[in-house]
Amino acid sequence: MHITKDLVAASATPLVLGILAQEESYGYAILKQVSELSGGQLEWSEGLLYPLLHRLERLGDVESYWRSADGVRRRKYYRITKQGRAELAEQRRQWAAVVDALYGIWSATSAARTIPAPAWEG
Amino acid sequence: MTINRGTDLEAQIAEWRAHLHRRRVLDRTDAEELEDHLRSKIAELTEAGLHDDEAFLVALMRMGSLDELSREFSREHSERLWKQLTVTAGDDGSASVRSRTDLGVMIGCAVAAAVAIKVPALFGLDLEDDAFFYGRNLSLFALPPLAAYFAWRRRTPLSVVGLLALLFTLGAVAANAYPLAADDDTALLTALHLPIALWLVVGVAYMGGDWRSDRKRMDFIRFTGEWFIYLNLLAFGGGVLIGLTAGAFEAIGLNTQTLITQWLLPCGATAAVVVAAWLVEAKQSVIENMAPVLTRVFTPLFVATLLAFLGAAIWTNSWIDIKREPLIIFDFLLVVVLGLLLYTISARDPAARPGIFDRLQLTLVVSALLIDILVLLAITSRITEWGFSANKSAALGENLILLTNLAWSVWLILGLIRGSMPFARLERWQTNYIVVYAVWAWTVVFAFPPLFGFA
Repeated sequence: MHITKDLVAASATPLVLGILAQEESYGYAILKQVSELSGGQLEWSEGLLYPLLHRLERLGDVESYWRSADGVRRRKYYRITKQGRAELAEQRRQWAAVVDALYGIWSATSAARTIPAPAWEG
Repeated sequence: MTINRGTDLEAQIAEWRAHLHRRRVLDRTDAEELEDHLRSKIAELTEAGLHDDEAFLVALMRMGSLDELSREFSREHSERLWKQLTVTAGDDGSASVRSRTDLGVMIGCAVAAAVAIKVPALFGLDLEDDAFFYGRNLSLFALPPLAAYFAWRRRTPLSVVGLLALLFTLGAVAANAYPLAADDDTALLTALHLPIALWLVVGVAYMGGDWRSDRKRMDFIRFTGEWFIYLNLLAFGGGVLIGLTAGAFEAIGLNTQTLITQWLLPCGATAAVVVAAWLVEAKQSVIENMAPVLTRVFTPLFVATLLAFLGAAIWTNSWIDIKREPLIIFDFLLVVVLGLLLYTISARDPAARPGIFDRLQLTLVVSALLIDILVLLAITSRITEWGFSANKSAALGENLILLTNLAWSVWLILGLIRGSMPFARLERWQTNYIVVYAVWAWTVVFAFPPLFGFA
């Protein structure tokens, strides 16, 4: 299955904020986690992830710091800010409204047709 | 994390990093972050059993093309595509120490220039009452500090510094030793020509004494254009500052006229001469040169105007009516045309094939020459009727100098367009011709007053 570009872009911010709300992380780990969470359906490019992280940092939703990764090189870590948590809560409300609406219309039509209903409990 | 640090792998990563650094939209920390990403991916792949080389290739392929990556980054970091002039900030210590010293020396020279113009006031010379004195000597206040700045910056040898000092002294002698009065023609000529003569002395300082090199001379021509533009920008900002100062203080009932005319304006103007030069030096490799850009815009417009003027003059047959001023105006016309030619040359790629712009340039110079020849014919009759005066001689001399330059330039541009002469000849002709300007300016300053009986 291919997830359209618009949908990937729209879901990117809440996903990143959600992952960082659990614990601070770095680019590569975030990418892996997104892939795992979506069962491999969401494959983000670096060109999507890093500019997004930098934008969120500029907006003040996340902050970054450098920490030694293996004693030789340093790695850039990101953590969510208070403002970022508020933003995440807002995004959750918006997504819940969209998901509810979609679920409503699909459960009403799925009785008539045999469209495999997606699992929305995530 | 364990990476098998083979030297091959490190070399490959280093090469990839070099590619990253060449992208302006990716800064150092981005490159570091992306390198960490690549290394993490490689580590994962090698742990899964891939060989270093394979892991590197697969990781690279998954990352996608650098073009794509830069494009995505440029959406978030568009500001990095605008070159910014950072004057003191620098990551590498040595360069920033150097630029900070440079800033200090520049400020020192600017202050010296600002102080210099106030020194005569100590001896009772007022800016307004002794305007004649200040008019003659203006370039002697601002330009020596500028030359000093360049002498420091280029680490000019002492012998050249001595020469510079000698030339400036000569200028001071020329401006003040002759018994001239404010309403003498030759006094006005001195006030107009001394700045040109001394500007070329600044050129010697700019070139670090190496004035025989035609590359350095071309650099000085480029510098002059940029300096002029920056000076005008500074003047514009200064105008706003003065206007606001006057207005704001007047609103609370204080008159700032003395402060502005006696201090702000003269000190600001002389200091701006140095500051503009420093800005040009600092931005040299950072920002595109403006003068050639303006030249590109205005060359076609001037061609159209000159052709229209030629047409109108022939149509109305009004050459006979020429009065006294035209010679000066047409001197200016030739200066502008020469400027357009010069700054196109300064930015032209020497190896480029002759193109449409070279033809446009030829049209411009030829039409200016035609106009000027017609004017000269008309003026000659006036001179034979009334005889030579200092003003007329100076204007005529300048006209002939510019005419000669442009006439020979036409020949060289023709050769360039036909492909029979290299562009370098046109360039060298212009850089060599600077000597003629210098000789002429110094001649007017030194020889004209005695020649015309200090009138």
